[in-house]
Amino acid sequence: MRKAKQGVFHKGALKRLLSFMFARYKGKLILAFVCILVQAVIAAGAIGIMMQRVIYAIEGLTDVSQLGSVYTLCGVMAAIFVVGILAAFGREQLMAIITQGLLNDLRKSLFAKMQHLPIRYFDQHQSGDIMSMYTNDIDAIRQMISQSLPMTINAMVTLVTVVVVMAMYSVYMLLIVLGVAVVMFLVASKLGMGAAKYFREQQIAMGRLDGYIEEIMNGQKVVQVFTHEEEAKADFATVNDNWFHNARAAHRYANTLMPIMGNMGNLLYVILAISGAAFVLAGDKFHNVSLAGYALDVSVIAVFLQQCRSFSQTIGNVSQQLNSIAMGMAGAGRVFALMDEKDEEDEGYVTLVNARYDDEGNLVPAEERTGIWAWRHPHKAEGTVTYQLLKGDIEMHDVDFGYVPEKIVLQDVSLHAHPGEKYAFVGATGAGKTTITNLINRFYDIADGKIRYDGININKIKKGDLRRSLGIVLQDTNLFTGTVMDNIRYGRLDATDEEVYAAAKLANAHDFITRLPQGYDTMLEADGANLSQGQRQLLSIARAAVADAPVMIMDEATSSIDTRTELLVQRGTDQLMQGRTVFIIAHRLSTVQNADTIMVLDHGRVIERGSHAELLAQKGTYYQLYTGAFELE
Amino acid sequence: MVIKTLAKSIRNYKRDSILTPVLVAIEVLLECLLPFAMAEMIDYINPPQTQVTRLFSFFPHLVQGSVNGEAMTIEGVLCYAAVLVAMAIASLLCGMGSGWFCANAAEGFAKNLRSDLFGAVQRFSFANIDRFSTSSLVTRMTTDVTNIEMAYMMIIRMAIRCPLMLVISMTMAFITSARVAWVFAVVVPILAVGAYFLLTRVHRLFQRVFKKYDRLNRTVQENVHGARVVKAYVREDFETQKFTEASDDICRDFTKAERIIALNGPVMMAAIYVCMLLIALVGATVVVKTNAGVITSGTLTTGGLMSMINYVMQILMSFIMIGMCVMIIAMSTASADRVVEVLNEEPTIHSPEDAKTEVADGSIDFENVSFRYSQEAAKNALSDVNLHIPSGAVVGVLGSTGSAKSTLVQLIPRLYDVSEGAVKVGGVDVRRYDLATLRNKVAMVLQKNVLFSGTIADNLRWGNPDADDRQLKEACRLAQADGFVESFPEGYATRISQGGTNVSGGQRQRLCIARALLKDPKILILDDSTSAVDTKTDSLIRQGFRDYIPDVTKIIIAQRVASVQDADMIVVMDNGRVDAVGTHDELLAGNAIYREVYYSQNGGESASKEDVTGGDDNA
Repeated sequence: MRKAKQGVFHKGALKRLLSFMFARYKGKLILAFVCILVQAVIAAGAIGIMMQRVIYAIEGLTDVSQLGSVYTLCGVMAAIFVVGILAAFGREQLMAIITQGLLNDLRKSLFAKMQHLPIRYFDQHQSGDIMSMYTNDIDAIRQMISQSLPMTINAMVTLVTVVVVMAMYSVYMLLIVLGVAVVMFLVASKLGMGAAKYFREQQIAMGRLDGYIEEIMNGQKVVQVFTHEEEAKADFATVNDNWFHNARAAHRYANTLMPIMGNMGNLLYVILAISGAAFVLAGDKFHNVSLAGYALDVSVIAVFLQQCRSFSQTIGNVSQQLNSIAMGMAGAGRVFALMDEKDEEDEGYVTLVNARYDDEGNLVPAEERTGIWAWRHPHKAEGTVTYQLLKGDIEMHDVDFGYVPEKIVLQDVSLHAHPGEKYAFVGATGAGKTTITNLINRFYDIADGKIRYDGININKIKKGDLRRSLGIVLQDTNLFTGTVMDNIRYGRLDATDEEVYAAAKLANAHDFITRLPQGYDTMLEADGANLSQGQRQLLSIARAAVADAPVMIMDEATSSIDTRTELLVQRGTDQLMQGRTVFIIAHRLSTVQNADTIMVLDHGRVIERGSHAELLAQKGTYYQLYTGAFELE
Repeated sequence: MVIKTLAKSIRNYKRDSILTPVLVAIEVLLECLLPFAMAEMIDYINPPQTQVTRLFSFFPHLVQGSVNGEAMTIEGVLCYAAVLVAMAIASLLCGMGSGWFCANAAEGFAKNLRSDLFGAVQRFSFANIDRFSTSSLVTRMTTDVTNIEMAYMMIIRMAIRCPLMLVISMTMAFITSARVAWVFAVVVPILAVGAYFLLTRVHRLFQRVFKKYDRLNRTVQENVHGARVVKAYVREDFETQKFTEASDDICRDFTKAERIIALNGPVMMAAIYVCMLLIALVGATVVVKTNAGVITSGTLTTGGLMSMINYVMQILMSFIMIGMCVMIIAMSTASADRVVEVLNEEPTIHSPEDAKTEVADGSIDFENVSFRYSQEAAKNALSDVNLHIPSGAVVGVLGSTGSAKSTLVQLIPRLYDVSEGAVKVGGVDVRRYDLATLRNKVAMVLQKNVLFSGTIADNLRWGNPDADDRQLKEACRLAQADGFVESFPEGYATRISQGGTNVSGGQRQRLCIARALLKDPKILILDDSTSAVDTKTDSLIRQGFRDYIPDVTKIIIAQRVASVQDADMIVVMDNGRVDAVGTHDELLAGNAIYREVYYSQNGGESASKEDVTGGDDNA
């Protein structure tokens, strides 16, 4: 059905999926398998045989009182039916439980795995691709497990039964059947491949169509302002037509598969009749070979013709499942590929603890928040633990970094942010401002050089604790579905309502929040779509404020806030961060003016450094920026 | 009516849509006849002991011969084979044909429907667009159309096939033996009622579960987008915990729903088996009575009994399929409603009859204008605005976020209609102009300016499709964009990626200005369109406007005082009202808001220092 390489890959995925399933639902699976078997045997053989015997028993009877044997047979048949129904019931119920349970397990493993992937993974994969694992791929797996697999097992049992019955009567006739079956499979896989090819094409065309629709819907107001409606319609028609041609071809293949298979079955029937008749008429010149040692007579042909129908029907059913099995395996392949990704590495051992000074003035760990933090160093060799006060002193020495090894983004960057200092980065888009902060919190690891936090190499600090010590307001504000309160509290889960209000006031968000329909209990959906960009930034500052971390990084945190409000926000954060280290990245120079040190970056290098006054005095790039002779970006 | 509205989109695929069910019907008839031919052939090859009554016969003389003890011949078998092959080929052709036409009809319908939706949105006014969110429009044109397409396919193929199958099989059963077939008349209605209850219950349950499932997927999406936030706050375990709970909850509900739906199979099986047993028992009595000669009408042979058993399968199978069809169609109704909602949405703004197609000059008058975004809105977005702007003036508009600056200017090209009062352009009420004329003469650079995928030249030509290269260059020079465009290796042929992400914010803004200039407008509106442009370039752009297009009325909304301070008049907006109108000096002396904004950007004392790189106000 597919190229050899892919075939191997997917077979591996199927095997793994089955063992994943087996490990969790061993008992239920075996039971379900037995049910499928019982049901298949009853459907394929038992019913036909019993009916035949009932008919046989009736044959020639002329008195209703003689029907006793028929009633007995019907009783037996009823018993078989009950078993069949119970088996079907068991199978359906078990499969429902197994399928849903398995999907739940897969979903959860996938999500838990995703949480531990490095940021790099999210850079390299589009969110749409990751999402489609949770939707399309899981759905394909569901289809395969709940429908195609039982159906295939069922079909195999039926086929084996039919083949055995046929072999009992005539091996030659069976060979004819098998020969046609091979042709049927070839046709099915050929058509299936055509369908698969066009379904893929259709998927791509659909993606393009979605993209176009999204682009125009997003720019619909521009379309109207430029009275560009007719042109948009014409362009849309082209993309839409392209999709149509592929979709139509895909469905033509898929729709014609069943009639072709069904009628090939009918042809097989005819071929069997003719050849059977020919064998019989050939009489003694022809010697039948059969397991049961029957001679080939007319009654044998009748049996064959009857079996032939259920044979071709079964093949038709299986051929319909091929597509969904292939899709399920491809889906499983993608899901397992994500599960095999390497986790974010963390070899750190220094942890962050709340601390206080005891009566002798020694730093000791504390249970509760004290506003003082300490680094906890375990010393393996001596088996001792020492505590060191967290100050917020951050140093970078000759740091080099590139997101890909070939392209260096930062080169020889050194800096020393002293505790309590406000340190700003200025530079064009792509100059490496955000990258520096990404290295401090170890979203990425440096290629060369050293970064020290209070004199400790940050590689030695446990990532979670390192990040807990840094309050970050990111460039892209991401809010989560939930209330405004939940979103702010995301910064510190055990914050009280009062602490949340205080943080919101500090970020100057309290006013607009109280004006929302349900105030702090207003539900935010779709990344806070009902808020303006500026309001979302205020919320994300409040979120960082409630975290109350010893070091703060603000990456374009106020870019969408008007200058009047920005001043108020700054006053708030300055008050919060008194005596703590703050990193600021901003495009607007008014945002960084009051920083202690401003660092101007250009193409990954530091070109100027100093306070606002010093830099103006230097009359360099910063001066040019400030006087408007130069455009950032 | 939903169906009537949707059916309009079938159009040129009517032929395919009709041929499909016709061919399906023929195919079903052939399918029902085939077993008769096959049974007759078996009887010819292997004659039964007792006399077989037939509804009809393909080769009466052959059957008669075999019953009379004549041995079969290869010619006889070939006769049957020929009939069977002919029927199989006919059935194949009909089957393939119906599949083929069905693909045309369903995909064609989907194509038309989608294009109708797209066309409907193109006729929307801004107010219409605001009613539907972008993402909901996208969903309607993609997922919802796909759902409707599936249902349509189901309708033209299965909705004919299954009931026809049911009717034929029932008829055959009653013809074969009315004395036995009453069993169906009892079982089928019971089954129908049972299936109805099961399906409606499951349908509701599934709708609930699917909603939860959607929510779960949205959570995942948020998480993927917000991976950095999750990691920055070390919330990995918290998120996993939250997800696990939600996923377990869904698993419980889903399992419950699936288990109910899983009853369907065994129940149907039970129905089939009960029918078989009843028919065997009732049939046996009838057969024996026939054999004994007790009854002369409504007789039944063992062969007939055997076919009755086959009908059981066919009847109940069609029945199950009909149930499934109903279910899929029911599931698509929600999609159909959503699609029709867009198709039936009345555009709120039309060109008037005998519209004016000439704009005299660029003067603008707001006369007692009030505006609400929707009739239900609690308060006016704009109240009592009176402004008189002479043709060729430079007007600055300033005000904090939410003060209705954008709302004010959007009334000029009639993107929205005023709720009270009137807006006049060139001395004529904007509602009396032809829309295209008005919007071509009032060029507007929106705050949320968008470039489209295509070359820079393609994008610029949105302003004027007939513009030659010289005109493109001229507009770009005026917008201070020519320099950087020429610096690209491919110049004006440089491709812009979707959303214009491969040019910087400042460059994007300047291209958007050039695009608007190409319209050769009488009024040019810049809605915060130079926020990412540096002050020097910004002032060069304004200088260019003064020098080269002095007759065009220019309205400039800005966050930066520097962008508006040399305007002929500055309008200060506050909370939906005009707070003050005047020149820079007048306002600095007499307006509190203006003064506050000015000093927040200029540090209070020195007027020469200012915020150079500007704000990035997207709010």
